Amino acid sequence: MSLITVNNLVRYYGNHRAVDNISFTLKTGDILGFLGPNGAGKSTTMQMLSGNLAPHEGEIHINGFDLLDDPKRAKAEIGYLPEQPPLYKEMMVDEYLAYCARLHRIEKPRIDNAIKLAKTRCGLMESGHRLIANLSKGYQQRVGIAQAILHSPKVIILDEPTVGLDPNQIREIRDLIVKLGQEHGIILCTHILPEVESVCNRVQIINKGKLVYEADMADLLDERTAGFHEIVLLHPPSINQIYAVADINNVERINDNTFLVHTTNSTAENIVNAAVANNWGLIKLIPHEKTLEQIFVDLTLSDEKRSDKNNAEIES
Amino acid sequence: MILNIALRELRSMFLSPLAWTVLAVTQLILCWIFFTQIDSFFSIQKELTTLPNAPGVIDLIAAPVLEVASIILLMISPLLTMRLISEERRNGTLTLLLSSPISISEIVFGKFLGITLFYLILIGMISLMPLSLMMGTELDLGKLAAGLLGLLLLLCSFAAAGLFLSSLTANPVVAAISTFGLLLLLWIIENSSNNGADNIFNYLSLTHHVTPLLRGMVNSVDLAYFALFIITFLLLTIRQMDAERLQG
Repeated sequence: MSLITVNNLVRYYGNHRAVDNISFTLKTGDILGFLGPNGAGKSTTMQMLSGNLAPHEGEIHINGFDLLDDPKRAKAEIGYLPEQPPLYKEMMVDEYLAYCARLHRIEKPRIDNAIKLAKTRCGLMESGHRLIANLSKGYQQRVGIAQAILHSPKVIILDEPTVGLDPNQIREIRDLIVKLGQEHGIILCTHILPEVESVCNRVQIINKGKLVYEADMADLLDERTAGFHEIVLLHPPSINQIYAVADINNVERINDNTFLVHTTNSTAENIVNAAVANNWGLIKLIPHEKTLEQIFVDLTLSDEKRSDKNNAEIES
Repeated sequence: MILNIALRELRSMFLSPLAWTVLAVTQLILCWIFFTQIDSFFSIQKELTTLPNAPGVIDLIAAPVLEVASIILLMISPLLTMRLISEERRNGTLTLLLSSPISISEIVFGKFLGITLFYLILIGMISLMPLSLMMGTELDLGKLAAGLLGLLLLLCSFAAAGLFLSSLTANPVVAAISTFGLLLLLWIIENSSNNGADNIFNYLSLTHHVTPLLRGMVNSVDLAYFALFIITFLLLTIRQMDAERLQG
């Protein structure tokens, strides 16, 4: 059974359709990267999943419980870290976590253990008696994450968890997310693409309220290494001679010397060997990768901007 | 769960200087009133002994103290209630409450209970002054209890109205000013009207309903007024926060 099932979610702000008919699912062990440019509707979707905003249409099931009909049981299965960590700055870390534990209805005898576990996982063991206001941004972020995992929810929703952290802290948090992903379903909302590439095993891109891309990370990697190579030859042969090389799927002549070659086995080994053997004079070999960034830009750059860019390229 | 939210609210008030300042300032001013009342009581004591059915110390000392207390708190209460919801909204901590498995009514009642507990502490401290008179004389404890009940109901009404206005905005100052405006209007509305008993302004007026209680007279009409006042504003708050999830 999936942890989250979202069906045809719609949310308006005034007349603006901020979230437009989004459906997706999340399964245990998934770390789902939720990507989109600013203002695409990421945070709105997360707020709806966490029960902070009510959707105007559609339904959300969390671990089988309907978020609208049975909000208490559905919310008990969620840990949510919003963009701005919800911290009471005047409280100490331990105090704050104890309050969160009670809010999440953790039974009294289990509270101490739950706090200890969450603090160990987030590297807060030394900070229990410090005022949250006096912690650095990175540590405050950790307290925010500790709050989200405290009641070991089935689903953890993290909205830009590494914003404002230094590179070491970012790495620690990413490691933590991967570790948490083994037992929980995680939705990671971000626009830092390398983060998604290094952490997530599924990715979704949202643009202007619509879900425009959805793929397993493994498929994305397959696609990426599907082997497009740009080669520049000093003594170019006829295009059919290149086709004759083993494992060649497609060849495109870009100009006199430059070809775009698509190999089936995703390596350029055969083409290089052929170039050497036939004395084609290989000068350049550039692998063309289809990165997440490229996919993201292709899907989310608005049409006008894209045509501007094309025009600019033509002019230059 | 309601208690949990209430206790955190109370704790956070005492973690900042706010609660202490309020307690100190009200106590200081009321002490002054208390002593001047004792002073004037002594000056008219001789004439009182000649009167049949003369007013007692509660009427002459405690009631004026409670009346002044209600006016001071009319001014202070908006400052206490302004941050209840608006500050949580501004700091983003409202998200924590809304994404926890608790209902909006639990949040609202918890907040209201938290501020009510603080007012109970405050009233407890105020009541020590008239109670100290027990060392020298006998008190009409029933009258005093009625007065304290009146003050408590009045403060709870202030709190409920403040809570509602705090739920409308993310800016505590706006909440404070609008709460103060509303309460002051309800406070003075009696004066602007004729003295007709069934006058609608009199019916709405806070003063009109609290004065008899502070003087030791318990009318069920007044009790009903305060109960309705408090319940109305709490329900409005719940409705407002529910609507906000829809409108965003």
